[in-house]
Amino acid sequence: MNQPTALTLRRDAAQSAAGLPALLAAAERLAQTVMPGVHGRRRAGQGDEFWQYRPAMDTDAPRHIDWRRSAKSDGNFIRQKEWQLAQSVMFLVDPGASMRWASHKNLPQKSHRAATLALACSMLLQRGGERFGLIGAEAILPRTGDVQIMRMAQALSNGEDTAQDFTAPDLSALRPDTQLVMISDFLGDPAAFTRAADQAAGLGARGVFLQILDPAEEAFPWRGRTIFQSVTGRTEHETRKADDLRDRYLERLNARKDTLQDLARRTGWQYHCHHSDAPAASALLWLYQALERASR
Amino acid sequence: MMIFGSLGFTAPWVLLGLFALPILWILLRAVPPAPVRRIFPAVGLLLGLKDRDNQADRTPWWLLLLRMAALACVILGFAGPVLNPQDTREGNGSLLVLLDGSWAAARDWDRQQEKLATLLAEAGRNGRPVALASLTDLPREGLTFTSADNLRSQLAGITPAPFEPSPDNISEWAAGLADQDFDTFWFSDGLAYDHRNALYTALAARGAVTIFETARPLYGLEPVVTDQNLMRLTLRRLAAAGEEELHISAIGPDPSGREVALTTVTVSFETGADTAIAEFALQPELRNRITRFTIAEQATAGAVTLVGDGLRRREVALIRGADQEVPDLLDPLHYLYNALEPQTDILLGPVDDVLPANPDVMILADIADLAPLDKTAVTEWVEAGGLLLRFAGPRLAASDLSRDTEDTLMPVRLRSGGRSLGGTMSWGEPRRLLPFDDSSPFYGLTVPDDVSVTSQVVAQPGPELADRVIAALEDGTPLVTRKYLGQGQVVLFHTTANAEWSDLALSGLFLSMLERLSVASGRVQDLSAVALPGTTWHPDLVLDGYGRPVAADGFAGVDGAVLAEPTPASDLLPGIWRNGDQVIALNLLQADHVLRPAAWPVSARIESYENVQENPLAGWFFGFGLILLVLDVLATLALTGRAGLRGVGSASVIVGGIALILSLPSGANAQNTTDDSAAIIATSDVTFAYVITGDRGVDEISEAGLRGLSRVLTLRTSVEPALPVGVDPETDELAFYPFLYWPITSEQPALSNESIARLNAYMRTGGMIMFDTRDAGLAGSNGPNQRKLRDLARGLDIPALEPVPDDHVLTRSFYLLQDFPGRHRSDNIWVEAAPLGEEATEGMPFRNLNDGVTPVIIGGNDWAAAWAVNARGQYMLPVGRGNAGRLQREMALRFGVNLIMHVLTGNYKSDQVHVPELLERLGN
Repeated sequence: MNQPTALTLRRDAAQSAAGLPALLAAAERLAQTVMPGVHGRRRAGQGDEFWQYRPAMDTDAPRHIDWRRSAKSDGNFIRQKEWQLAQSVMFLVDPGASMRWASHKNLPQKSHRAATLALACSMLLQRGGERFGLIGAEAILPRTGDVQIMRMAQALSNGEDTAQDFTAPDLSALRPDTQLVMISDFLGDPAAFTRAADQAAGLGARGVFLQILDPAEEAFPWRGRTIFQSVTGRTEHETRKADDLRDRYLERLNARKDTLQDLARRTGWQYHCHHSDAPAASALLWLYQALERASR
Repeated sequence: MMIFGSLGFTAPWVLLGLFALPILWILLRAVPPAPVRRIFPAVGLLLGLKDRDNQADRTPWWLLLLRMAALACVILGFAGPVLNPQDTREGNGSLLVLLDGSWAAARDWDRQQEKLATLLAEAGRNGRPVALASLTDLPREGLTFTSADNLRSQLAGITPAPFEPSPDNISEWAAGLADQDFDTFWFSDGLAYDHRNALYTALAARGAVTIFETARPLYGLEPVVTDQNLMRLTLRRLAAAGEEELHISAIGPDPSGREVALTTVTVSFETGADTAIAEFALQPELRNRITRFTIAEQATAGAVTLVGDGLRRREVALIRGADQEVPDLLDPLHYLYNALEPQTDILLGPVDDVLPANPDVMILADIADLAPLDKTAVTEWVEAGGLLLRFAGPRLAASDLSRDTEDTLMPVRLRSGGRSLGGTMSWGEPRRLLPFDDSSPFYGLTVPDDVSVTSQVVAQPGPELADRVIAALEDGTPLVTRKYLGQGQVVLFHTTANAEWSDLALSGLFLSMLERLSVASGRVQDLSAVALPGTTWHPDLVLDGYGRPVAADGFAGVDGAVLAEPTPASDLLPGIWRNGDQVIALNLLQADHVLRPAAWPVSARIESYENVQENPLAGWFFGFGLILLVLDVLATLALTGRAGLRGVGSASVIVGGIALILSLPSGANAQNTTDDSAAIIATSDVTFAYVITGDRGVDEISEAGLRGLSRVLTLRTSVEPALPVGVDPETDELAFYPFLYWPITSEQPALSNESIARLNAYMRTGGMIMFDTRDAGLAGSNGPNQRKLRDLARGLDIPALEPVPDDHVLTRSFYLLQDFPGRHRSDNIWVEAAPLGEEATEGMPFRNLNDGVTPVIIGGNDWAAAWAVNARGQYMLPVGRGNAGRLQREMALRFGVNLIMHVLTGNYKSDQVHVPELLERLGN
């Protein structure tokens, strides 16, 4: 590979940046469709919002006493704020090449849909003040704020050069007590993501499987003599009568979904299958509510 | 060259490739369609799935069939298929071209001539001496073989004869053929003749015989049979078996004297039938005018049947005297009435009542004298051609009529009283009739033994008596006398018209005598009763082979005996034959004349000359093969899923496109009568029109010619015409076009009655039609185009014509011209004749002819070809050579300008004749 000159660097930068606003805009538009509901925890704790005054007890440090309130009466009062625990939500978007495919030019690629959903969900979380991050090859530590959004977008739009069809989830950046959102087609080796789920559950993380499938993968509309190959072309399968395979393929696909469902049930996670021809908003709504449920 | 039916192959060995098709079938079946590579991320789920049916996904049978058909087309295409291959006729040695040349050959004469010309040209190339003979006109002495080129020049002069070859002549000629070897091309008319096979054998003994026969059906019309008011004609046909409809027209003069179809009936042939009946029911006025019946569109002598006088029902006036109130059987008119009633229209009444009806015959039975006024009127009527028939009787005998001087309305002077024979008071026996003299109109009628005369009036002898007697009694006393008066005649029967004085009125002879006197008529079918040995008959008009009536001049008379057994031959052509007042229609086909097809020996080689066009088909086969291959591509795409539904859509678009290209109409009609916009365009500017002939080449030239003329008009005159328009007189409105250019091709369809009416209206209301036969009038009056022109113009209301006179307004309507060249420079250009009696005034260069713009111009100079320019304004066809040619083209254009000026301004220029006078008046 030749040395990156200033020119190529600049061109690449421009190219990456070009995709960014589109992704951001799409995610923004998507996020607008979901109005987040209640954020507060309805109990005292760390937070910015006033919650209540309570009489000071011996165990309370004197610096916690609210002198202004205490001056109005004989006792000392402590000013409590509502507990606003910022959750950490980590997104694991499958960077595998198998995601970069759409059966029809009018359909979005699965990876695009995944990135959009992840980003839109991040925006919703940011409005709710949660922290969010990305794990995987380009791990981003959980933070909140507009800059974090930008960082996420950058990372998501860069992650398109994987030469592997399927990648094993890399959970090294996962911290305990976070929520994990795994967005993938889950068409790779089932052992890989079972192991990842177990590992995450072991860390105390709760999470969500969001399976994104192309409608063609669900319908298998092909006939005749066909050589099926993976996106990178490494795997091939030849058949003389594609229509003959359909039933058995669908059987296997349903088995795969069942596996995921089982896994979710076992770990207490949630599972949803989303098709790329369905509106993204429905998936986003489900995702957000799933996160709500998980955090209770 | 290998020939199957009408299909031949130039490279038949390639056809062996067809045997490879089954092998291809097996190969194609074995090889499955190529796989599609398809990206599919879920391929992991597929890994390990085996095809249940390990057999290859077979190419479907219809796709195989498609491919085989495509390949078969290509193989056939390479084999060089030719439709109607014209094999060149090799051969040397002498060649006899034998024509039947009968009326039946006329139905396809033009094509026969074409074929003949081709054959002669070929014989000429091969240097073969050729002899030409026609069975209807067999050479007296043996065959003379000359060069083919020599014969070709004579071809145009050969016309079909209006009769069939005589079997005797054929056998005689076959027997007398010289013993020499020659091949024969025999153009047969398809009819069976006796001795045809004998002649075939004789010719086959001398060399190869090839028979050419047309496949066109032949139709014949038998003479008309009258049944009360109904006229019935039997049609016969040959070589057609399907259901079809023909139109039979009754032709006769219309009130203005032009021959038109008085009425037309449609006759249907049932499937398989070879006869059909046409029935006409017409009122007497029309029926009397019919001269012949024809089958429309069938130009053969057999498709025409002449009626002569046969259909004419004469009007006979029986004059009843005021005082004749007697019982029926004694009524002098009773027998006459009954004898004449079936065949004539009878008027009964006094003279002044019946005379205005202008009867053909007036019969006065025993009426002595007429009132003076009546007498004058009757005399005038007789002098104008009437026949006055008088019968004697007691009143006439008792009167003094014609006693001392001959009465105008009596043929002879009468003695007083008359005489009685064989009565109780007389010595004599009742007298019989003398056999008729050969100068008598009754000549040939047999006198029955039982007719006798008991009383008669007796003629006064005189110098003229002998000439006037046309029938006499045994003792020589006149029984019937006749006198010519003006154009008419007066005939007196010296006995009564009832049974009182003689039993003549009771005999069949009486009727025959009346018939001979042309009193009664209507029995055309028994010629033998009229045409008697010893009478001499001359033709008034005869039919030619095409069934057209031609005035007969210079024909020798024939004996009645020949006419009684009519077999039309070269000296007895079908036509109208006349002996004095008697008229016989001799028709080619007699009643019960069955058309039998020629039965050739099995070994005979029979060819058709129907489609002389050789038609190579390789291109069609390749094209079809290509279409099949395209379909194969589309089908394969659809089958392997690469095309999908959209593919099927685009395939149908492609197939539809191909179909559209194939079905593109060859010529677009310029206008549509129902379309008002076309009418608006045609009338918003001066627009010239040409008649679409159906021949694309001719139509293009017409269009280009009028365009070129329009350009010249725009450049040189103030006439600025719009683009010319092609019209079809059958469908299009003509009223918008001041000028119609009509090139004649021999293939044009005949005009329907509606379009004839439309064209007549067009000419009457100021339109001008220019007929152009395009042959420079070189073929005499018998070229195919001129024949066609006559056919087309037959129904048109074309006035009397004359060649363009020197002072015609066409010579000076814009340019001063004296000749009117087109591509040819013939002087034969005809316009409406000027009224008689107009003479040029002294000192004036032209006559004072102010009326009557000619509605037609007829010529053959192919003007449009001289005017024709292409889109870039270049002349399309050469005219003449060098400078003379340029001059001729300029003259042609000037003629065009003059013509259009004449069309648009009429005889305006003729008014110049008044200029001196006008100037003089202005001066005063």
